[in-house]
Amino acid sequence: MTDAVRLHFLVDGEDFTSAGQASVQVKKNLRQLGIAPEIIRKVSIAMYEGEINMVIHAGGGEADVLIYEDRIEIELVDRGPGIANIDLAMQEGFSTAPDNIRSLGFGAGMGLPNMKRYTDSMHIESALGEGTRILMTVRL
Amino acid sequence: MKISEIKELLKAEVVCGEESLDREVGSACGSDMMSDVLAYVKDQAVLLTGLVNPQVVRTAEMMDMVCIVFVRSKCPTEEMIELATEHGMVLLKTQKRMYEACGKLYANGLGGNGERK
Repeated sequence: MTDAVRLHFLVDGEDFTSAGQASVQVKKNLRQLGIAPEIIRKVSIAMYEGEINMVIHAGGGEADVLIYEDRIEIELVDRGPGIANIDLAMQEGFSTAPDNIRSLGFGAGMGLPNMKRYTDSMHIESALGEGTRILMTVRL
Repeated sequence: MKISEIKELLKAEVVCGEESLDREVGSACGSDMMSDVLAYVKDQAVLLTGLVNPQVVRTAEMMDMVCIVFVRSKCPTEEMIELATEHGMVLLKTQKRMYEACGKLYANGLGGNGERK
């Protein structure tokens, strides 16, 4: 089996308007690799929501996308405030995003649920004051 | 429905993507919440929105949409036009409000579920 293709991105936490650049790049890379369009859409939406979350809540972070023969893994790591109650955060409609983010069309409490919806598995590890690590897998 | 028909029905102005007006689209959705677009939209090719920021174009790009219609005379920024052009997307703007714009398109056969109604 060949080694996984790894894509690494720094997500800038300063600028909301640039959020999503990594996801757009991943989308391009997956297209070039000939991955099926419905898989590309799942991966890019999950990653896009993750990127937006990191910018809104954590001041940015890092994203890694690993492409294996049978699956794509997305790992998002930030050093933000952490998630106090993961079960609550996973509920559709629950959001701690500030109003200015809502006026930009996000912060509806759909980010984490969407990430789960579009991936085959999702694990969240989070520690208050230390940060959050999310690992998502989409099967090919 | 062709994008050019959407333009006529909504008396819309083409902001960019003039060369793609002949493209066929099968369905549309209207929302100002991008998170909802990402959650509920499946194969809609057109997004109607009153929201203006670059994440609108990125959201549409993530969903493989081909056309964004800005309602209530909202005007996309230069940055948005650049992003849309890069992805070959058509941007239209209309004076109509969201309800009327969606209603006109729906009544003329552009459905909401990935196929013509």
